[in-house]
Amino acid sequence: MALFPFFKDDNKSSASVARERLKVIVAHERLQREQPEYFQAMQRDIMDVIKRYVDIDPEDVQIQLENEDNCSVLELNVTLPN
Amino acid sequence: MTLAQIIVVTSGKGGVGKTTTSAAVAMGLALQGKKTAVIDFDIGLRNLDIIMDCERRVVYDFVNVIQGEATLNQALIKDKRCENLFILAASQTKDKTALTEEGVEAVLAELAETFDYIVCDSPAGIELGAHMAMYFADIALVVTNPEVSSVRDSDRILGVLQSQSRRAKLGLDPIKEHLLITRYDPTRVGKGEMLSIEDVMDILGIPLIGVIPESESVLKASNSGQPVILDQKSDAGQAYADVIERFQGKDVAMRFTERKGFFQRVFG
Ligand SMILES: Nc1ncnc2c1ncn2[C@@H]1O[C@H](COP(=O)(O)OP(=O)(O)O)[C@@H](O)[C@H]1O
Ligand SMILES: [Mg+2]
Repeated sequence: MALFPFFKDDNKSSASVARERLKVIVAHERLQREQPEYFQAMQRDIMDVIKRYVDIDPEDVQIQLENEDNCSVLELNVTLPN
Repeated sequence: MTLAQIIVVTSGKGGVGKTTTSAAVAMGLALQGKKTAVIDFDIGLRNLDIIMDCERRVVYDFVNVIQGEATLNQALIKDKRCENLFILAASQTKDKTALTEEGVEAVLAELAETFDYIVCDSPAGIELGAHMAMYFADIALVVTNPEVSSVRDSDRILGVLQSQSRRAKLGLDPIKEHLLITRYDPTRVGKGEMLSIEDVMDILGIPLIGVIPESESVLKASNSGQPVILDQKSDAGQAYADVIERFQGKDVAMRFTERKGFFQRVFG
């Protein structure tokens, strides 16, 4: 029995795990930097509202602001648990 | 009149090698005949003076000059090994808010009249001290370890340089950014335990100016207060010397980036 199933995947080197994590983190933070100042507070408020109805992990909620030609579109993507 | 180039040595994360790099780069430029001042922006936690072996010669510091309690000439410490090198120590006690934008600007402007380079050793973080160290920069050395949190913090600092520096605010040409990878261990990279040079470059997307290997010589250098670039027998010392060459536009191949071969392991 594997005691530590998290560390099972040995054929993936730890450097390549680091690389994949970093790519995601950095891409996410760069996006955030381009957001208006109120965005983070708004994000938290939206999260709070959703949490009032369903028990959800922050990872399952994606809130994005996309800049179009002459307006911005707020994109909300929520993966609800079954 | 010379008008100094202002270099910030920055990283976001602490303990990655900024002070080691500031000392090495300042000494390296001075040895090339460039009149160089190196300033410790780490208010309250000064240690550049120790790395430079002048801690007993600090009478006045950066904050004393900003607050008009000493002239720049009184506070600048002349290096005993190289006549072109001067050190401005950080204040040990005063609170950080002593660093004001106007105060820092006045000191840099006065230095800029007679120096070729001003090297600003940034504290960790993105708070006031780090902000002041990068704000007036023309050139940034972004010191990064091949490690997730260090690369992440370097990317954040790049964001700060690109949006909050004086050059960004005034819409001037952007700060020239150079990536300096430090504490690199080719053996661990070979084993797949450490991010490679390519990984770090790929994520940060700025040009590489050098790779400093993880080296025992750095601790030895700091023990004795000799910037490691003075130890030209050491790998780290030579790697820093290469950085100075590249900085001056010379095309020098990267060294100490490959796993040691059999012969090197036996005889190296
Ligand atoms: N290339 C290197 N090899 C080994 N140790 C290093 C190297 N660069 C820095 N260090 C060590 O790492 C620690 C932090 O270095 P320092 O230059 O003070 O970092 P920072 O100014 O970014 O906090 C010190 O103990 C230093 O001796
Ligand atoms: Mg330091």
